[in-house]
Amino acid sequence: MFIKTIFSGFGGQGVIMMGYLLATAGMYEQKNVTCLPSYGAEVRGGTANCTVVISTEEIASPVASEPDFAVLMNNPALLFYQNQVQSGGTLFLNSSMIDSRPVRGDIEIYEIPVNDLVKPLGEERVGNMVMLGAFIKKSALVSLDTMHRVLKDTFTNRNPAMVKLNRQALLVGYDFLGP
Amino acid sequence: MAFAPFHARRSQSRSTVPKVLMRGNHVVAEAAVRAGCRFYFGYPITPQNEIPEYMSERLSKIEGGVFIQAESEIASIHMVIGASMAGGRVMTSSSGPGISLKQEGISFLSGLELPAVIVNMSRGGPGLGNIAPAQSDYFQATRGGGHGDYRTIVLAPNSGQELADLTFEAFDLADKYRTPVVILGDGMLGQMMEPVEFRPEIPIKKLPHKDWALTGAKGRPSRFIRSLILDPGEEEEHNWKLMRKYEKIAREELRWEAFAADDAKMLVVAFGTAARIAKGAVKRVREQGLKVGLIRPISLWPFPFKALRDFSKKVKHFIVFEMNMGQMVEDVRLALEGGGEVHFYGRPGGIVPTPLEVSRVITSQYYQKRLG
Repeated sequence: MFIKTIFSGFGGQGVIMMGYLLATAGMYEQKNVTCLPSYGAEVRGGTANCTVVISTEEIASPVASEPDFAVLMNNPALLFYQNQVQSGGTLFLNSSMIDSRPVRGDIEIYEIPVNDLVKPLGEERVGNMVMLGAFIKKSALVSLDTMHRVLKDTFTNRNPAMVKLNRQALLVGYDFLGP
Repeated sequence: MAFAPFHARRSQSRSTVPKVLMRGNHVVAEAAVRAGCRFYFGYPITPQNEIPEYMSERLSKIEGGVFIQAESEIASIHMVIGASMAGGRVMTSSSGPGISLKQEGISFLSGLELPAVIVNMSRGGPGLGNIAPAQSDYFQATRGGGHGDYRTIVLAPNSGQELADLTFEAFDLADKYRTPVVILGDGMLGQMMEPVEFRPEIPIKKLPHKDWALTGAKGRPSRFIRSLILDPGEEEEHNWKLMRKYEKIAREELRWEAFAADDAKMLVVAFGTAARIAKGAVKRVREQGLKVGLIRPISLWPFPFKALRDFSKKVKHFIVFEMNMGQMVEDVRLALEGGGEVHFYGRPGGIVPTPLEVSRVITSQYYQKRLG
Protein backbone atom coordinates (compact mmCIF):
# COMPACT_ATOMS: atom_id res chain seq x y z
CA MET A 1 0.00 0.00 0.00
CA PHE A 2 1.38 3.36 -1.07
CA ILE A 3 -1.29 6.03 -1.53
CA LYS A 4 -0.72 9.70 -2.32
CA THR A 5 -3.40 12.33 -1.82
CA ILE A 6 -3.38 16.03 -2.69
CA PHE A 7 -5.63 18.52 -0.92
CA SER A 8 -5.90 21.93 -2.53
CA GLY A 9 -7.91 25.13 -2.23
CA PHE A 10 -7.80 28.71 -0.89
CA GLY A 11 -5.97 29.52 2.30
CA GLY A 12 -8.70 29.46 4.96
CA GLN A 13 -10.71 26.56 3.55
CA GLY A 14 -9.08 24.16 5.99
CA VAL A 15 -7.02 22.40 3.35
CA ILE A 16 -3.95 21.87 5.53
CA MET A 17 -6.17 20.74 8.40
CA MET A 18 -7.72 18.05 6.17
CA GLY A 19 -4.25 16.77 5.32
CA TYR A 20 -3.13 16.91 8.94
CA LEU A 21 -6.16 14.96 10.14
CA LEU A 22 -5.86 12.32 7.41
CA ALA A 23 -2.15 11.81 8.10
CA THR A 24 -2.79 11.61 11.85
CA ALA A 25 -5.50 9.00 11.26
CA GLY A 26 -3.06 7.00 9.13
CA MET A 27 -0.54 7.21 11.98
CA TYR A 28 -3.19 5.98 14.44
CA GLU A 29 -3.70 2.97 12.16
CA GLN A 30 0.03 2.13 12.36
CA LYS A 31 0.86 3.24 8.83
CA ASN A 32 3.87 5.24 7.72
CA VAL A 33 2.72 8.75 6.88
CA THR A 34 4.08 12.05 5.64
CA CYS A 35 2.20 15.29 5.34
CA LEU A 36 3.79 18.09 3.36
CA PRO A 37 1.94 21.42 3.51
CA SER A 38 2.73 23.95 0.84
CA TYR A 39 4.58 26.97 2.10
CA GLY A 40 4.74 30.16 0.14
CA ALA A 41 6.00 33.64 0.83
CA GLU A 42 2.45 34.74 1.68
CA VAL A 43 1.51 35.49 5.26
CA ARG A 44 -2.10 34.43 4.66
CA GLY A 45 -4.51 33.67 1.84
CA GLY A 46 -3.40 32.55 -1.59
CA THR A 47 -3.37 28.95 -2.66
CA ALA A 48 -2.94 26.27 -0.05
CA ASN A 49 -2.19 22.65 -0.73
CA CYS A 50 -1.10 19.68 1.22
CA THR A 51 0.25 16.29 0.16
CA VAL A 52 -0.34 13.22 2.30
CA VAL A 53 1.33 9.87 1.73
CA ILE A 54 0.03 6.83 3.59
CA SER A 55 2.04 3.66 3.18
CA THR A 56 2.83 0.29 4.69
CA GLU A 57 6.43 0.81 3.51
CA GLU A 58 9.02 3.44 4.33
CA ILE A 59 8.21 6.68 2.46
CA ALA A 60 11.07 7.89 0.29
CA SER A 61 9.62 11.20 -0.82
CA PRO A 62 6.68 13.16 0.60
CA VAL A 63 6.18 14.85 -2.78
CA ALA A 64 3.40 13.36 -4.90
CA SER A 65 4.04 13.79 -8.60
CA GLU A 66 1.10 11.58 -9.61
CA PRO A 67 -1.41 11.43 -6.76
CA ASP A 68 -3.97 8.64 -6.45
CA PHE A 69 -6.53 11.04 -4.98
CA ALA A 70 -7.05 14.79 -5.35
CA VAL A 71 -9.39 16.72 -3.07
CA LEU A 72 -10.10 20.05 -4.72
CA MET A 73 -11.89 22.88 -3.02
CA ASN A 74 -11.88 25.63 -5.69
CA ASN A 75 -11.47 26.32 -9.41
CA PRO A 76 -7.73 27.06 -9.45
CA ALA A 77 -7.14 23.75 -7.65
CA LEU A 78 -9.04 21.87 -10.35
CA LEU A 79 -7.13 23.60 -13.15
CA PHE A 80 -3.81 22.84 -11.49
CA TYR A 81 -4.31 19.23 -10.43
CA GLN A 82 -6.82 17.64 -12.82
CA ASN A 83 -4.12 16.40 -15.18
CA GLN A 84 -1.67 15.31 -12.47
CA VAL A 85 -3.90 12.63 -10.99
CA GLN A 86 -2.90 9.08 -11.92
CA SER A 87 -4.91 7.28 -14.55
CA GLY A 88 -7.53 5.35 -12.61
CA GLY A 89 -7.31 7.87 -9.78
CA THR A 90 -10.12 9.73 -8.08
CA LEU A 91 -11.11 13.40 -7.86
CA PHE A 92 -13.24 14.84 -5.08
CA LEU A 93 -14.42 18.28 -6.03
CA ASN A 94 -16.31 20.95 -4.21
CA SER A 95 -19.17 21.40 -6.68
CA SER A 96 -20.48 24.47 -4.81
CA MET A 97 -17.43 26.40 -5.96
CA ILE A 98 -16.09 24.58 -9.02
CA ASP A 99 -17.97 25.26 -12.26
CA SER A 100 -15.93 23.35 -14.80
CA ARG A 101 -15.39 19.59 -14.98
CA PRO A 102 -12.33 17.63 -16.11
CA VAL A 103 -12.50 16.30 -19.66
CA ARG A 104 -10.50 13.18 -18.75
CA GLY A 105 -12.42 9.94 -18.93
CA ASP A 106 -9.90 7.79 -17.06
CA ILE A 107 -10.59 9.07 -13.55
CA GLU A 108 -13.47 8.75 -11.14
CA ILE A 109 -15.11 11.99 -10.02
CA TYR A 110 -17.18 12.67 -6.93
CA GLU A 111 -18.99 15.99 -6.70
CA ILE A 112 -19.66 17.23 -3.17
CA PRO A 113 -21.55 20.54 -2.81
CA VAL A 114 -19.60 21.37 0.35
CA ASN A 115 -20.83 24.94 0.87
CA ASP A 116 -24.47 23.91 0.48
CA LEU A 117 -24.19 20.84 2.72
CA VAL A 118 -22.54 22.83 5.49
CA LYS A 119 -25.19 25.58 5.67
CA PRO A 120 -27.67 23.74 7.96
CA LEU A 121 -24.86 23.27 10.51
CA GLY A 122 -24.68 27.04 10.89
CA GLU A 123 -20.88 27.12 10.79
CA GLU A 124 -19.26 27.40 7.37
CA ARG A 125 -15.79 26.80 8.74
CA VAL A 126 -16.42 23.06 9.01
CA GLY A 127 -16.90 22.66 5.24
CA ASN A 128 -13.53 20.92 5.14
CA MET A 129 -14.90 18.24 7.49
CA VAL A 130 -17.83 17.62 5.12
CA MET A 131 -15.34 17.05 2.33
CA LEU A 132 -13.12 14.89 4.53
CA GLY A 133 -16.10 12.71 5.46
CA ALA A 134 -16.93 12.11 1.81
CA PHE A 135 -13.26 11.45 1.11
CA ILE A 136 -12.72 8.79 3.76
CA LYS A 137 -15.98 7.07 2.78
CA LYS A 138 -14.91 6.54 -0.84
CA SER A 139 -11.14 6.29 -0.43
CA ALA A 140 -11.39 3.90 2.55
CA LEU A 141 -7.86 4.99 3.50
CA VAL A 142 -8.76 5.22 7.19
CA SER A 143 -11.82 4.22 9.17
CA LEU A 144 -14.55 6.56 10.38
CA ASP A 145 -13.88 5.43 13.97
CA THR A 146 -10.23 6.41 13.73
CA MET A 147 -11.16 9.83 12.36
CA HIS A 148 -13.55 10.32 15.28
CA ARG A 149 -10.68 9.59 17.68
CA VAL A 150 -8.37 11.97 15.83
CA LEU A 151 -10.96 14.76 16.00
CA LYS A 152 -11.37 14.19 19.73
CA ASP A 153 -7.62 14.22 20.41
CA THR A 154 -7.00 17.23 18.17
CA PHE A 155 -9.78 19.53 19.34
CA THR A 156 -10.65 18.60 22.94
CA ASN A 157 -8.02 20.83 24.54
CA ARG A 158 -8.41 23.65 22.06
CA ASN A 159 -12.15 23.95 21.84
CA PRO A 160 -14.33 21.03 22.98
CA ALA A 161 -17.39 22.40 21.16
CA MET A 162 -15.54 21.92 17.89
CA VAL A 163 -15.23 18.16 18.44
CA LYS A 164 -18.99 17.72 18.21
CA LEU A 165 -19.44 20.13 15.34
CA ASN A 166 -16.59 18.62 13.36
CA ARG A 167 -17.97 15.12 13.89
CA GLN A 168 -21.42 16.25 12.71
CA ALA A 169 -19.92 17.80 9.60
CA LEU A 170 -17.79 14.70 8.98
CA LEU A 171 -20.95 12.55 9.07
CA VAL A 172 -22.82 14.87 6.70
CA GLY A 173 -20.11 14.29 4.10
CA TYR A 174 -19.79 10.59 4.93
CA ASP A 175 -23.53 9.99 4.45
CA PHE A 176 -23.84 12.23 1.39
CA LEU A 177 -22.24 9.68 -0.91
CA GLY A 178 -24.78 7.00 0.01
CA PRO A 179 -24.56 3.85 2.07
CA MET B 1 0.13 26.41 12.93
CA ALA B 2 -0.92 26.52 16.51
CA PHE B 3 -2.25 22.99 16.86
CA ALA B 4 1.14 21.35 16.56
CA PRO B 5 2.63 22.81 19.77
CA PHE B 6 -0.51 21.80 21.59
CA HIS B 7 -0.16 18.27 20.30
CA ALA B 8 3.36 17.85 21.57
CA ARG B 9 2.23 18.62 25.09
CA ARG B 10 -0.75 16.33 24.80
CA SER B 11 1.54 13.47 23.86
CA GLN B 12 3.27 13.90 27.20
CA SER B 13 0.11 13.48 29.19
CA ARG B 14 -2.82 11.43 27.96
CA SER B 15 -2.15 9.96 24.59
CA THR B 16 -3.77 7.06 22.81
CA VAL B 17 -0.77 6.80 20.50
CA PRO B 18 2.89 7.12 21.57
CA LYS B 19 3.76 9.13 18.49
CA VAL B 20 2.72 12.60 17.50
CA LEU B 21 2.46 14.03 13.98
CA MET B 22 4.55 17.18 13.87
CA ARG B 23 6.19 19.51 11.41
CA GLY B 24 9.98 19.14 11.31
CA ASN B 25 10.61 22.68 12.52
CA HIS B 26 8.36 22.12 15.52
CA VAL B 27 10.12 18.80 16.18
CA VAL B 28 13.53 20.48 16.43
CA ALA B 29 12.15 23.11 18.79
CA GLU B 30 10.36 20.63 21.06
CA ALA B 31 13.38 18.30 21.13
CA ALA B 32 15.63 21.24 22.03
CA VAL B 33 13.44 22.20 24.98
CA ARG B 34 13.37 18.60 26.18
CA ALA B 35 17.17 18.47 25.86
CA GLY B 36 17.39 21.37 28.28
CA CYS B 37 17.57 24.33 25.92
CA ARG B 38 16.23 27.38 27.76
CA PHE B 39 17.64 30.10 25.52
CA TYR B 40 16.66 30.78 21.94
CA PHE B 41 17.71 33.80 19.89
CA GLY B 42 16.89 34.20 16.24
CA TYR B 43 15.67 36.30 13.36
CA PRO B 44 12.89 35.14 11.00
CA ILE B 45 13.52 33.54 7.62
CA THR B 46 11.53 30.97 5.62
CA PRO B 47 11.56 27.92 5.63
CA GLN B 48 12.39 27.71 9.35
CA ASN B 49 10.01 30.27 10.89
CA GLU B 50 8.10 27.60 12.79
CA ILE B 51 11.15 27.09 15.04
CA PRO B 52 11.02 30.61 16.54
CA GLU B 53 7.21 30.48 16.43
CA TYR B 54 7.21 27.38 18.60
CA MET B 55 10.02 28.57 20.87
CA SER B 56 8.32 31.90 21.53
CA GLU B 57 5.33 30.09 23.01
CA ARG B 58 7.07 27.13 24.62
CA LEU B 59 9.93 29.01 26.32
CA SER B 60 7.64 31.75 27.59
CA LYS B 61 5.80 29.13 29.66
CA ILE B 62 8.88 27.54 31.25
CA GLU B 63 10.69 28.86 34.29
CA GLY B 64 13.96 30.42 33.15
CA GLY B 65 13.01 30.24 29.49
CA VAL B 66 14.27 33.11 27.35
CA PHE B 67 13.16 33.83 23.78
CA ILE B 68 14.34 36.88 21.91
CA GLN B 69 13.63 37.79 18.32
CA ALA B 70 16.75 39.85 17.80
CA GLU B 71 17.18 42.81 15.46
CA SER B 72 19.31 40.73 13.11
CA GLU B 73 21.01 37.37 12.66
CA ILE B 74 24.30 38.91 13.74
CA ALA B 75 22.76 40.12 16.99
CA SER B 76 21.13 36.76 17.65
CA ILE B 77 24.31 34.71 17.27
CA HIS B 78 26.08 37.05 19.70
CA MET B 79 23.25 36.60 22.18
CA VAL B 80 23.92 32.88 21.78
CA ILE B 81 27.55 33.52 22.77
CA GLY B 82 26.42 35.35 25.91
CA ALA B 83 23.98 32.67 27.05
CA SER B 84 26.49 29.92 26.35
CA MET B 85 29.20 31.72 28.36
CA ALA B 86 26.79 31.83 31.26
CA GLY B 87 26.40 28.05 31.06
CA GLY B 88 22.96 27.68 29.45
CA ARG B 89 21.92 25.30 26.70
CA VAL B 90 21.26 27.62 23.80
CA MET B 91 20.07 27.38 20.22
CA THR B 92 19.63 29.58 17.19
CA SER B 93 18.21 28.71 13.79
CA SER B 94 18.07 30.21 10.33
CA SER B 95 18.33 29.36 6.66
CA GLY B 96 21.30 29.83 4.28
CA PRO B 97 21.38 33.65 3.97
CA GLY B 98 20.88 34.08 7.71
CA ILE B 99 23.56 31.51 8.51
CA SER B 100 25.96 33.52 6.32
CA LEU B 101 25.39 36.45 8.68
CA LYS B 102 25.96 34.24 11.72
CA GLN B 103 29.35 32.98 10.52
CA GLU B 104 31.34 35.59 12.45
CA GLY B 105 29.66 34.48 15.66
CA ILE B 106 30.17 30.80 14.84
CA SER B 107 33.89 31.47 14.45
CA PHE B 108 33.85 33.19 17.84
CA LEU B 109 31.97 30.30 19.44
CA SER B 110 34.64 27.95 18.10
CA GLY B 111 37.52 30.12 19.27
CA LEU B 112 35.93 30.69 22.67
CA GLU B 113 35.16 26.97 22.93
CA LEU B 114 31.50 27.50 23.65
CA PRO B 115 28.74 24.95 23.12
CA ALA B 116 25.73 25.96 21.01
CA VAL B 117 23.33 24.38 18.55
CA ILE B 118 22.80 26.10 15.20
CA VAL B 119 20.03 24.86 12.92
CA ASN B 120 20.11 25.54 9.18
CA MET B 121 16.94 24.64 7.27
CA SER B 122 18.59 25.37 3.97
CA ARG B 123 17.01 26.66 0.78
CA GLY B 124 17.90 27.37 -2.83
CA GLY B 125 20.80 29.80 -3.36
CA PRO B 126 23.15 31.61 -3.81
CA GLY B 127 22.08 35.09 -2.81
CA LEU B 128 18.52 35.34 -1.65
CA GLY B 129 17.70 32.32 -3.83
CA ASN B 130 14.31 30.90 -3.00
CA ILE B 131 12.53 29.15 -0.13
CA ALA B 132 12.34 25.69 -1.68
CA PRO B 133 14.30 22.74 -0.27
CA ALA B 134 17.91 22.52 -1.44
CA GLN B 135 21.20 21.22 -0.09
CA SER B 136 23.27 24.14 -1.29
CA ASP B 137 24.82 24.83 2.13
CA TYR B 138 27.00 21.72 2.47
CA PHE B 139 30.19 23.71 1.99
CA GLN B 140 28.96 26.48 4.27
CA ALA B 141 28.17 23.98 7.03
CA THR B 142 31.19 21.68 6.75
CA ARG B 143 33.83 24.28 5.88
CA GLY B 144 32.32 27.25 7.61
CA GLY B 145 32.22 30.72 6.17
CA GLY B 146 33.76 32.15 9.30
CA HIS B 147 37.39 33.11 9.72
CA GLY B 148 40.11 31.17 11.47
CA ASP B 149 41.12 27.57 11.82
CA TYR B 150 38.06 25.77 13.10
CA ARG B 151 35.58 22.97 12.52
CA THR B 152 31.96 22.55 13.51
CA ILE B 153 30.24 19.23 14.01
CA VAL B 154 27.53 18.92 11.33
CA LEU B 155 24.63 16.49 11.67
CA ALA B 156 22.29 15.79 8.73
CA PRO B 157 18.95 14.20 9.68
CA ASN B 158 16.69 12.69 7.03
CA SER B 159 13.35 12.33 8.87
CA GLY B 160 11.19 13.81 11.58
CA GLN B 161 12.37 11.16 14.04
CA GLU B 162 16.01 11.91 13.31
CA LEU B 163 15.39 15.63 13.71
CA ALA B 164 14.26 14.84 17.25
CA ASP B 165 17.05 12.39 18.06
CA LEU B 166 19.89 14.38 16.51
CA THR B 167 18.76 17.58 18.22
CA PHE B 168 19.17 15.78 21.55
CA GLU B 169 22.57 14.50 20.46
CA ALA B 170 23.61 17.92 19.18
CA PHE B 171 23.22 19.46 22.63
CA ASP B 172 25.17 16.61 24.26
CA LEU B 173 27.98 16.81 21.70
CA ALA B 174 28.15 20.59 22.03
CA ASP B 175 28.59 20.34 25.80
CA LYS B 176 30.93 17.35 25.66
CA TYR B 177 33.38 19.06 23.31
CA ARG B 178 32.57 22.69 24.08
CA THR B 179 32.00 23.40 20.41
CA PRO B 180 29.16 24.62 18.18
CA VAL B 181 27.12 21.90 16.46
CA VAL B 182 25.24 22.52 13.21
CA ILE B 183 22.06 20.65 12.34
CA LEU B 184 21.80 20.80 8.56
CA GLY B 185 18.26 20.21 7.31
CA ASP B 186 16.38 21.72 4.41
CA GLY B 187 13.01 23.26 3.64
CA MET B 188 11.46 19.85 3.12
CA LEU B 189 12.56 18.46 6.48
CA GLY B 190 11.48 21.67 8.16
CA GLN B 191 8.00 21.73 6.65
CA MET B 192 7.12 18.05 6.38
CA MET B 193 5.04 16.46 9.14
CA GLU B 194 5.93 12.93 10.22
CA PRO B 195 5.15 10.80 13.27
CA VAL B 196 7.73 11.38 16.00
CA GLU B 197 8.35 9.85 19.39
CA PHE B 198 10.21 12.15 21.76
CA ARG B 199 12.62 11.17 24.50
CA PRO B 200 11.56 12.29 27.96
CA GLU B 201 12.54 15.76 29.07
CA ILE B 202 15.92 16.09 30.81
CA PRO B 203 15.61 17.95 34.11
CA ILE B 204 17.88 21.01 34.08
CA LYS B 205 19.56 19.83 37.31
CA LYS B 206 20.73 16.66 35.57
CA LEU B 207 22.56 18.48 32.78
CA PRO B 208 26.37 18.25 32.85
CA HIS B 209 28.01 20.71 35.25
CA LYS B 210 30.06 23.38 33.50
CA ASP B 211 33.09 24.26 35.58
CA TRP B 212 34.15 26.87 33.04
CA ALA B 213 30.95 28.92 32.82
CA LEU B 214 30.89 32.58 33.85
CA THR B 215 28.40 32.49 36.68
CA GLY B 216 29.74 35.23 38.99
CA ALA B 217 33.10 34.87 40.75
CA LYS B 218 31.90 35.47 44.30
CA GLY B 219 33.73 33.01 46.58
CA ARG B 220 35.88 31.52 43.81
CA PRO B 221 38.74 32.61 41.54
CA SER B 222 37.73 34.48 38.36
CA ARG B 223 37.37 32.56 35.12
CA PHE B 224 38.25 33.85 31.67
CA ILE B 225 36.71 33.02 28.30
CA ARG B 226 38.37 34.89 25.46
CA SER B 227 39.40 34.47 21.86
CA LEU B 228 41.81 37.41 21.66
CA ILE B 229 45.23 35.84 22.17
CA LEU B 230 47.86 38.33 21.06
CA ASP B 231 50.91 36.22 21.80
CA PRO B 232 51.59 34.01 18.73
CA GLY B 233 53.04 31.23 20.86
CA GLU B 234 49.98 31.17 23.04
CA GLU B 235 47.63 31.33 20.04
CA GLU B 236 49.52 28.47 18.42
CA GLU B 237 49.03 26.40 21.56
CA HIS B 238 45.31 27.31 21.48
CA ASN B 239 45.11 26.15 17.85
CA TRP B 240 46.83 22.88 18.76
CA LYS B 241 44.37 22.38 21.57
CA LEU B 242 41.44 22.89 19.18
CA MET B 243 43.10 20.57 16.66
CA ARG B 244 43.43 17.77 19.24
CA LYS B 245 39.78 18.21 20.06
CA TYR B 246 38.77 18.04 16.38
CA GLU B 247 40.90 14.91 15.92
CA LYS B 248 39.13 13.26 18.85
CA ILE B 249 35.74 14.19 17.36
CA ALA B 250 36.79 12.82 13.98
CA ARG B 251 37.72 9.51 15.63
CA GLU B 252 34.81 9.13 18.00
CA GLU B 253 31.76 10.91 16.59
CA LEU B 254 31.37 9.45 13.11
CA ARG B 255 27.81 8.66 12.14
CA TRP B 256 26.76 6.98 8.91
CA GLU B 257 24.62 4.09 7.72
CA ALA B 258 24.67 1.62 4.87
CA PHE B 259 21.68 0.09 3.07
CA ALA B 260 21.93 -2.97 0.82
CA ALA B 261 25.67 -2.41 0.55
CA ASP B 262 27.02 -5.91 1.29
CA ASP B 263 26.88 -7.38 -2.21
CA ALA B 264 26.70 -4.05 -4.06
CA LYS B 265 28.64 -3.47 -7.29
CA MET B 266 27.66 0.21 -7.23
CA LEU B 267 27.08 2.54 -4.27
CA VAL B 268 24.98 5.66 -4.11
CA VAL B 269 26.15 8.27 -1.59
CA ALA B 270 23.60 10.83 -0.40
CA PHE B 271 22.64 12.72 2.78
CA GLY B 272 19.48 14.18 4.30
CA THR B 273 16.42 14.48 2.06
CA ALA B 274 18.43 13.30 -0.96
CA ALA B 275 19.27 10.10 0.93
CA ARG B 276 15.58 9.33 1.48
CA ILE B 277 14.93 9.71 -2.23
CA ALA B 278 18.06 7.71 -3.08
CA LYS B 279 16.93 4.90 -0.78
CA GLY B 280 13.60 4.73 -2.63
CA ALA B 281 15.54 4.63 -5.90
CA VAL B 282 17.87 1.88 -4.66
CA LYS B 283 14.87 -0.23 -3.62
CA ARG B 284 13.41 0.17 -7.12
CA VAL B 285 16.57 -0.95 -8.92
CA ARG B 286 17.08 -3.82 -6.44
CA GLU B 287 13.66 -5.11 -7.46
CA GLN B 288 15.04 -5.31 -11.00
CA GLY B 289 18.06 -7.24 -9.78
CA LEU B 290 20.66 -4.47 -9.91
CA LYS B 291 23.25 -4.82 -7.16
CA VAL B 292 23.20 -1.26 -5.86
CA GLY B 293 23.50 -0.01 -2.27
CA LEU B 294 23.37 3.27 -0.41
CA ILE B 295 25.79 4.99 1.97
CA ARG B 296 24.30 7.82 4.01
CA PRO B 297 26.68 10.06 5.95
CA ILE B 298 24.80 11.34 9.00
CA SER B 299 27.68 13.35 10.42
CA LEU B 300 28.88 15.48 7.49
CA TRP B 301 31.76 16.63 9.64
CA PRO B 302 33.34 14.43 10.73
CA PHE B 303 32.84 12.83 7.30
CA PRO B 304 33.03 9.01 7.10
CA PHE B 305 36.20 9.07 4.97
CA LYS B 306 37.50 5.72 6.17
CA ALA B 307 34.19 3.90 5.72
CA LEU B 308 34.02 4.98 2.09
CA ARG B 309 37.67 4.16 1.53
CA ASP B 310 37.02 0.66 2.93
CA PHE B 311 34.05 0.14 0.62
CA SER B 312 36.19 1.17 -2.36
CA LYS B 313 38.30 -1.96 -1.85
CA LYS B 314 35.30 -3.99 -3.07
CA VAL B 315 33.19 -1.47 -4.98
CA LYS B 316 34.62 0.65 -7.77
CA HIS B 317 31.58 2.61 -8.92
CA PHE B 318 29.95 5.39 -6.94
CA ILE B 319 27.09 7.77 -7.66
CA VAL B 320 26.80 10.87 -5.53
CA PHE B 321 23.32 12.38 -5.53
CA GLU B 322 22.74 15.82 -4.00
CA MET B 323 20.14 18.56 -4.26
CA ASN B 324 22.88 21.00 -5.31
CA MET B 325 25.51 21.28 -8.04
CA GLY B 326 28.05 19.00 -6.35
CA GLN B 327 29.47 19.73 -2.92
CA MET B 328 29.66 16.53 -0.85
CA VAL B 329 30.97 14.84 -4.01
CA GLU B 330 34.32 16.52 -3.24
CA ASP B 331 34.49 14.75 0.13
CA VAL B 332 33.59 11.46 -1.53
CA ARG B 333 36.45 11.91 -4.01
CA LEU B 334 38.81 12.78 -1.13
CA ALA B 335 37.67 9.67 0.70
CA LEU B 336 38.21 7.35 -2.25
CA GLU B 337 41.67 8.75 -2.98
CA GLY B 338 41.26 7.72 -6.59
CA GLY B 339 40.15 4.24 -5.58
CA GLY B 340 36.80 4.41 -7.34
CA GLU B 341 34.97 6.09 -10.18
CA VAL B 342 32.54 8.83 -9.12
CA HIS B 343 29.50 9.93 -11.09
CA PHE B 344 27.60 12.99 -9.84
CA TYR B 345 23.90 13.67 -10.22
CA GLY B 346 22.49 16.90 -8.82
CA ARG B 347 19.25 18.87 -8.91
CA PRO B 348 19.71 22.38 -7.49
CA GLY B 349 17.40 25.35 -7.07
CA GLY B 350 14.77 23.73 -4.87
CA ILE B 351 13.83 20.88 -7.20
CA VAL B 352 13.00 17.69 -5.32
CA PRO B 353 13.40 14.82 -7.79
CA THR B 354 11.36 11.64 -7.51
CA PRO B 355 12.85 8.26 -6.58
CA LEU B 356 11.91 7.17 -10.13
CA GLU B 357 14.10 9.87 -11.67
CA VAL B 358 17.08 8.89 -9.52
CA SER B 359 16.52 5.20 -10.24
CA ARG B 360 16.79 5.95 -13.97
CA VAL B 361 20.15 7.64 -13.41
CA ILE B 362 21.36 4.65 -11.39
CA THR B 363 20.13 2.17 -14.00
CA SER B 364 21.76 3.98 -16.90
CA GLN B 365 25.10 4.26 -15.04
CA TYR B 366 24.92 0.62 -13.98
CA TYR B 367 24.63 -0.64 -17.55
CA GLN B 368 27.07 1.91 -18.98
CA LYS B 369 29.69 0.54 -16.59
CA ARG B 370 28.83 -2.99 -17.78
CA LEU B 371 27.89 -4.10 -14.28
CA GLY B 372 24.67 -5.83 -15.36
